[in-house]
Amino acid sequence: MNFSQQLIAFNTIMVKEYLRFIRIWVQTIIPPVITMALYFVIFGQLIGSQIGDIDGYRYMDYIVPGLILMAVITNSYSNVVSSFFSAKFQKNIEEMIISPLPNYIILAGYISGGVARGVTVGITVTVVSMFFSDFQIHSLGITLAVFVLTSILFSIAGLINAAYARSFDDITIIPTFVLTPLTYLGGIFYSIKMLPVFCQTFSMANPIMYMINAFRYGLLGVSDIDVTTALVIIVAFIIILFTLALSLLNKGVGIKP
Amino acid sequence: MSVNALKIENLKKTYRNGTVALHGVNLDVMEGDFFALLGPNGAGKSTTISIISSLTNKTTGKVQVFGHDIDQDPATARSMIGLVPQEFNFNIFEPVIEILINQAGFYGISRKVATRRAEKYLRKLELWDKRFDMAKELSGGMKRRLMIARALVHEPKLLILDEPTAGVDIEIRHSMWTFMREINASGTTIILTTHYLEEAESLCNHIAIIDKGVTIEHTSMRTLLDRLRVETFVLYLEEPLSEAPICGDYPLKLVDSNTLEVGVAHSQTLNEFFHLLSERNIQVLSMRNKTNRLEQLFVTMMRDGNAENYSGVQA
Ligand SMILES: Nc1ncnc2c1ncn2[C@@H]1O[C@H](COP(=O)(O)OP(=O)(O)OP(=O)(O)O)[C@@H](O)[C@H]1O
Ligand SMILES: [Mg+2]
Repeated sequence: MNFSQQLIAFNTIMVKEYLRFIRIWVQTIIPPVITMALYFVIFGQLIGSQIGDIDGYRYMDYIVPGLILMAVITNSYSNVVSSFFSAKFQKNIEEMIISPLPNYIILAGYISGGVARGVTVGITVTVVSMFFSDFQIHSLGITLAVFVLTSILFSIAGLINAAYARSFDDITIIPTFVLTPLTYLGGIFYSIKMLPVFCQTFSMANPIMYMINAFRYGLLGVSDIDVTTALVIIVAFIIILFTLALSLLNKGVGIKP
Repeated sequence: MSVNALKIENLKKTYRNGTVALHGVNLDVMEGDFFALLGPNGAGKSTTISIISSLTNKTTGKVQVFGHDIDQDPATARSMIGLVPQEFNFNIFEPVIEILINQAGFYGISRKVATRRAEKYLRKLELWDKRFDMAKELSGGMKRRLMIARALVHEPKLLILDEPTAGVDIEIRHSMWTFMREINASGTTIILTTHYLEEAESLCNHIAIIDKGVTIEHTSMRTLLDRLRVETFVLYLEEPLSEAPICGDYPLKLVDSNTLEVGVAHSQTLNEFFHLLSERNIQVLSMRNKTNRLEQLFVTMMRDGNAENYSGVQA
């Protein structure tokens, strides 16, 4: 396939993926908005008013960046995991496999769908957060970079999960047992400086902690860790997972008997 | 020098669970041919087809599509194949027309061209009125036709149909035959799998039979049918008989008192047989072939378990 044909193919997957989650917006866009609004009300307003400032910010303002990024992470991930798994399950993935499409276009197409969902939900949640918190941006560049890179990373992770999954149960195991704990322990609701020393060391091994802090830096200008380190870690994870996902597609793992 | 549309050499496949589906399949399909790939359930037809179209990894062997090796030049090989799989494999929540346009998109065909082609093939397959319906709202026969239309949007040189007429009513089946003949006449090579042997007999020029993962027959339809040494006819009699009469060396069997089956060898004539019946004062009201010829051959081959015994069914 020449470049312009590849572009048409990529575009086809992207639009298809975009329309898929837009068509079912009640299941894809509304639930995270409701969850986040509840977090803002309960933790931010009600409990937050009883808690002192962290790093010079009201508790409500302090947790907003982490909550937005959590919505981006879970939505990018679940978009790709459910779309790719259902394409496998219904076998319509075969429409792509029989075509001359290179696998990196398939991968890029699914990532673009995950990013589109992550960005759509992320922006919606951000708008909702403005009702509760004084929105501000310390560094637009870092904010956008972390936003998009995190979304790319978890889209790829979703595809890997879906490739290995054999049943609908398998696509909920990773989110439940890995993703959610790591996100909650990644310092959405607290600064890791508040933890005992050995827990702090433990937290340093959690990649999501770097993303949340880098994003918080982008919006508020405060972070527990060095932002450059965070960006390097995210990009490194993207490269590793992209390579893994591509090799799974090339070998046909979970797709070709 | 012309290249074959498809060339398969010693193709073997063992699935992960240990099932050996293909023990060594060989196929040569000429460009422009209408080719029948036959065999009983579980013979390995769909496995072979899935390997040709990259849906299944082969274990060993060589597959070339118009001279392009599926391992060395997969993109070119794939772009030449259109596949109608045995099982439905579209997204049931997508509208019919979107399924076609997206499929074309995966081949790098622009939306504008794709839309035009989608209309052309949906009209031909009598699905144009259903274009905005979700695929799950189609009937079984319509779903099959949707898959045929989808396989054609990129105008492949080799069209592979895995049981396209299963579950399709007789009227639509006839119109599908006409359509397949048209596509073939316009230069597309067709490989057809079917369990309706009269369909294979009337459409196809060449034939391969696979059994238990091995090609047991690979020849022209004509040569194969010539091997049928005995044809069985069913005769309906005017007067009931109590036992089968003796008529020279024609084997006869009385099915019921008014129905007689006779085996007629290639070396014998029907005239002589009717002459003998007239001498015995037996009046025949009507007559038909017991089964179609290919079916008769096929049943014998499968029953005897090897391809060397083509004696046809003994009456
Ligand atoms: N995904 C799979 N995993 C394991 N075994 C399989 C798989 N698909 C097919 N088989 C086995 O391979 C053999 C050949 O199956 P295949 O589907 O190719 O037969 P077929 O000739 O198409 O039969 P049919 O006429 O019933 O469609 C069978 O024994 C089948 O059980
Ligand atoms: Mg089959």
